Amino acid sequence: MAILVTNDTKLCVSGITGREGTFHAMNNRRYGTNVVSGVTPGKGGQDVEGVPVFDTFAAAVAETGANTAMVFVPPRFAADSILEAAEAGIEVIIAITEGIPAHDELRVYNHLKQAHPGTRLVGPNCPGILSPGKANVGIIPASFFSEGNVGVVSRSGTLTYQIGNELAQRGFGNSSIVGIGGDPVPGTSFIDVLELFEADDETELIVMSGEIGGSAEEEAADYIAEHVTKPVVAYIAGFTAPPGKTMGHAGAIVSGTAGTAAAKKEALEARGVRVGQTPTEVAELAAEIAGSLAKS
Amino acid sequence: MDLLEYQGKQLFARHGVPVPAGKPAKTVDEAVAAAEEIGYPCVVKAQVQIGGRGKAGGIKVANNRDEATEHATNIIGMDIRGFTVHEVWIEAASDIAAEYYASIIFDRSAKAPLFMLSTQGGMDIEEVAERDPKALVRLHVDPLLGYQDFHGRRLAYEAGVDADVVRPLGALLGKLYDAFVAEDATLMEVNPLIVTGDRKVMALDAKVTLDENAAFRHPDHAALRDTAVEDPQEQMARERGLTYVKLDGNIGILGNGAGLVMSTLDVVKYAGGEPANFLDAGGGAKAEEITSAVEVILSNDKVTAVLFNIFGGITRCDEVARGLIEAFASIKPTVPFVVRLDGTNDQEGRALLEEAALPNVHVEQTMNGAAERVVALAGS
Repeated sequence: MAILVTNDTKLCVSGITGREGTFHAMNNRRYGTNVVSGVTPGKGGQDVEGVPVFDTFAAAVAETGANTAMVFVPPRFAADSILEAAEAGIEVIIAITEGIPAHDELRVYNHLKQAHPGTRLVGPNCPGILSPGKANVGIIPASFFSEGNVGVVSRSGTLTYQIGNELAQRGFGNSSIVGIGGDPVPGTSFIDVLELFEADDETELIVMSGEIGGSAEEEAADYIAEHVTKPVVAYIAGFTAPPGKTMGHAGAIVSGTAGTAAAKKEALEARGVRVGQTPTEVAELAAEIAGSLAKS
Repeated sequence: MDLLEYQGKQLFARHGVPVPAGKPAKTVDEAVAAAEEIGYPCVVKAQVQIGGRGKAGGIKVANNRDEATEHATNIIGMDIRGFTVHEVWIEAASDIAAEYYASIIFDRSAKAPLFMLSTQGGMDIEEVAERDPKALVRLHVDPLLGYQDFHGRRLAYEAGVDADVVRPLGALLGKLYDAFVAEDATLMEVNPLIVTGDRKVMALDAKVTLDENAAFRHPDHAALRDTAVEDPQEQMARERGLTYVKLDGNIGILGNGAGLVMSTLDVVKYAGGEPANFLDAGGGAKAEEITSAVEVILSNDKVTAVLFNIFGGITRCDEVARGLIEAFASIKPTVPFVVRLDGTNDQEGRALLEEAALPNVHVEQTMNGAAERVVALAGS
């Protein structure tokens, strides 16, 4: 097994006829992802390299049985596209789009929670999900990763590749790699993904990569202490970031002492989660723990 | 994007939040003309994005034309904790019977707007919250439902505001919420929110942060940007569409992806260096964007060495190498560069750099190794 994106994934791409949408949809298909359809209003009836395009998500779901959506449309249309996918019955919506207004994210999050509790939104502003050997939905460069037992969950894309690559160099593969994104209102939290990894047979070790801002890592620390039996290793980026400055991700801003890397590290370590100071150190810690798992 | 007090008040006024009458002024003449129009007594307030204006002498009451001239002359051009005053706001003096505190913040953790209200306004609210947590009342609003009158009543009664202002205060909070949503704000803080002698409620200060991601539906927001206080490198980077934050050190940093760049800053610091900036070249950066980014980094004359840390996903390492080669051709940097390329097309990228044999460019294999090298080359 893997989580969220598997051999059962039937992907519909919103914005498939755009340059980026086409490129990544085809890239995902080459990896083996079952890309069944796309949605671009006004382009229904066309196809993109054999993938049928529909005007609406409802038609795409009815005609192709899509159960997963990837949203690749520009920020001003993205919230609408996510809501449309949920309304059409899509179960997993992965929103790659960066720069969605915070209030749009708020409305989407709360609407999904109230009206579509069974729908899972991952992102926005995330690199997607890769389950090596099974399916890739998003922009994660799959060639660096192989199948294995380490689950990775991260707020940052490139940092995920860095950590994943360091793990790969030490001989580890991954069950799933989940980018939850760096925006203020992520559809899926660390806790949601930790719960899924805890229940996933293939995952034996979890690497969690956070960054400054917000309190998601602290909340995850509490959850781990109470509900996660598998070992968790964490990384936090932004130890040296000055307060009051937005560090690229809309979520990565330190206000006062809240949301600092030091506070997050302390919260995690207080609950028995080991925290690496650098991506290299995280991989070393993971290797150490995996080594002891293999022996026991 | 943070607004100046007067910009916040003008925005409040457009949404029906009561504020005192006032006018902005950039020169002493303009300030005096505004004072004459508003009448005396009036207040001359320095417009800078930093607290402690009153203590620094940036807020003065003028009782006549001479005093207005004197205060405007002293305040315009004044330095307040590193910020130069370019503008003042001339406002009718208020008759203050009580000072409250009100705010709406975008609560990421609860995924809902959060109201806070206190009757202990006019001072540092964090101190109030620490000394007497019950003095700061909190209430979330369901963003799908929006503000309801009961929200206002509950906040007002729990905070213990004077009974006769419960209704007008509730109405003010409702208007504030309208403005928060309509303008795509992530913060609106009023400290103090006053009750006047004739029992009216009014916002006497305004701290507003707007969401720049929503700029596409607010063409008027662009004019609110305070370019006078913006750092020249940050302004240059913004105009070029780069995410750049200036820091205090001497090592220029370029990476792709916010998380990786933050991590790079940490690793450089652990190696004993001081980063000069955060620069995220973003996903899929092309050669010309890299060249443009190098120009921004080197326009900070404190920079004595530059580190490129790239893990290519959708960014291709050969594009990054090409950009660096073009940058060397056009701007001929004199400081050393350390380059670490990993990921998509990394071998091609390294081969291009080797072929170009750029002066003083050092290629490193690992992130930690690159950080150590750049710290050694940068000196102190």
